[in-house]
Amino acid sequence: MAERTHRQRSRESEVEDPPVAEDSVSPASDRADLDDLLDEIDEVLESNAEEFVRSYVQKGGE
Amino acid sequence: MAIPKVCGLETEFGIVVLGAENNPVAASGLLINSYLADIGRSAGFDTSTESPRRDARMIHEPSVLDPDPELDLVPVNTMLTNGARYYVDHAHPEMSTPEVRTALEAVRWDRAGEEILRRSMRAAKGSLPEGAEIIVHKNNSDGKGNSYGCHENYLVSRDVPFGHIIRGITAHFVSRQVFCGAGKVGCEAVGADSDAVAFQISQRADFFEEEVGLETTVRRPIVNTRDEPHCDPDRYRRLHVIAGDANMSETATFLKVATTAMILAAIEDGLSAGIPLLVDPVRAIRAISHDPTLSATVETSDGDHLTALELQWRLLDVARTWFERHGGEAVGTDVATMALSEWEQVLAGLETHPESMADRVDWVAKQRLTVAYAERHGLSPVAPRIRAIDLQYHDLRPERCLADRVGLRRLISDSEVNSAVSDPPETTRAYFRGRCLQKYANSVVAANWDSIVFDVGADPLRRVAMAEPLRGTAELLANVLEQSPTAAELVRRLGR
Repeated sequence: MAERTHRQRSRESEVEDPPVAEDSVSPASDRADLDDLLDEIDEVLESNAEEFVRSYVQKGGE
Repeated sequence: MAIPKVCGLETEFGIVVLGAENNPVAASGLLINSYLADIGRSAGFDTSTESPRRDARMIHEPSVLDPDPELDLVPVNTMLTNGARYYVDHAHPEMSTPEVRTALEAVRWDRAGEEILRRSMRAAKGSLPEGAEIIVHKNNSDGKGNSYGCHENYLVSRDVPFGHIIRGITAHFVSRQVFCGAGKVGCEAVGADSDAVAFQISQRADFFEEEVGLETTVRRPIVNTRDEPHCDPDRYRRLHVIAGDANMSETATFLKVATTAMILAAIEDGLSAGIPLLVDPVRAIRAISHDPTLSATVETSDGDHLTALELQWRLLDVARTWFERHGGEAVGTDVATMALSEWEQVLAGLETHPESMADRVDWVAKQRLTVAYAERHGLSPVAPRIRAIDLQYHDLRPERCLADRVGLRRLISDSEVNSAVSDPPETTRAYFRGRCLQKYANSVVAANWDSIVFDVGADPLRRVAMAEPLRGTAELLANVLEQSPTAAELVRRLGR
């Protein structure tokens, strides 16, 4: 099983996929961006967030 | 030979009213009626032919719950010009996308549905007291044990015994959450402490109690047996999937639909023998969800213990074999190529560097946010403010939505979403439904998934049946619609 999947992955990588490592430097995982995001969340989080989440009750559906 | 995987999504949205009475049934009706008034139309929807309790296993199973007469009323129920159905279901606003031909189209009309909900929230403000508002969340649980669904539908051949579908698809429904789980703070499994799991992969996994069954509101099954095809029942089934989360990430929705469509096509083409059978799917779906380190293993009937990613590599292998032998036409060849590549990248990313998937996997994006926020403010991982981040990730108000702020990759442009708010897909019968509602709204008495009823004047009402999901496309009918100034002329040209 392990051999099979490794073979597939290396084959795919040769064809067209960017190396996985490229994702690790994408903005989504950049620490500075995360800090900016946390600052923004402090601004947009409901001011009464704790009460909002406590009173959030839905009826079951489907 | 696999048949085209015509598909669609149905999403029930969470709803609350701030600053006025919080009655979810009334608020859902107000939301939809405000939208219809805003766009200047309303249209009937004929549910007389619906039979949601028909069972694919050919057995009759009475509901364990008597229908609640108040909640069973359908106060608002309409077909839109984009071919979608917008209605109140139980105590939630629900949007069913039009039938589409590919996973990429499913993403586009799913996003259009979100945009319609946003426009509805804005329109409803005019009907509410000053300062009051209706807030809609695209999520699946309130964190207190109440769940509502995001369902998928796939056209499958009636020729394939339902047991083959169950055996082939269960491992996928159990393990696909690694890329399409929406993430959840806390635990809602019956009998478990709400803090027993700090963060889990899926919104829905806690609510599944059966492997196979007809119910959708209680004792929820991983494979739902509702047998209501809304098309020719001799040729088709509509596989009604309830074991999924509503996604904010377009990639997650895309992969959820594309991978499922490919596995179903592989089952139809007799290639499902390589898919492992699980000893206890109900336990497995929870065990996987409750372990965001992705190291939990589940037991197969061969005695193997596999992680969700190992199951997914095997399922990817089955889909690749299907693609190589049969081509990808059943799901759209370009979409299949794109999906196989993306599926492989996501599994590899989750295996080697999970956080790198924060731009396309909802649970990873949400977990990254909640962990960092708890760390910065010295909070418990299940603190009320962390639960609030979980909830607000799904808030559809642009000024509040956290999913909009985490850098999720887009597959569909804003202009494609906006045009899909009013226009139907061209590749299924939804084209005919939507164009008729655009052009002959005053002559449409009722519109359903598989028929439209016209009032053409002095004659009796004319019902145009649409039993074939792939007829009524732009390719087949654009000219006829173009050349028919009135519904009467349209009906005449269609030869009825």
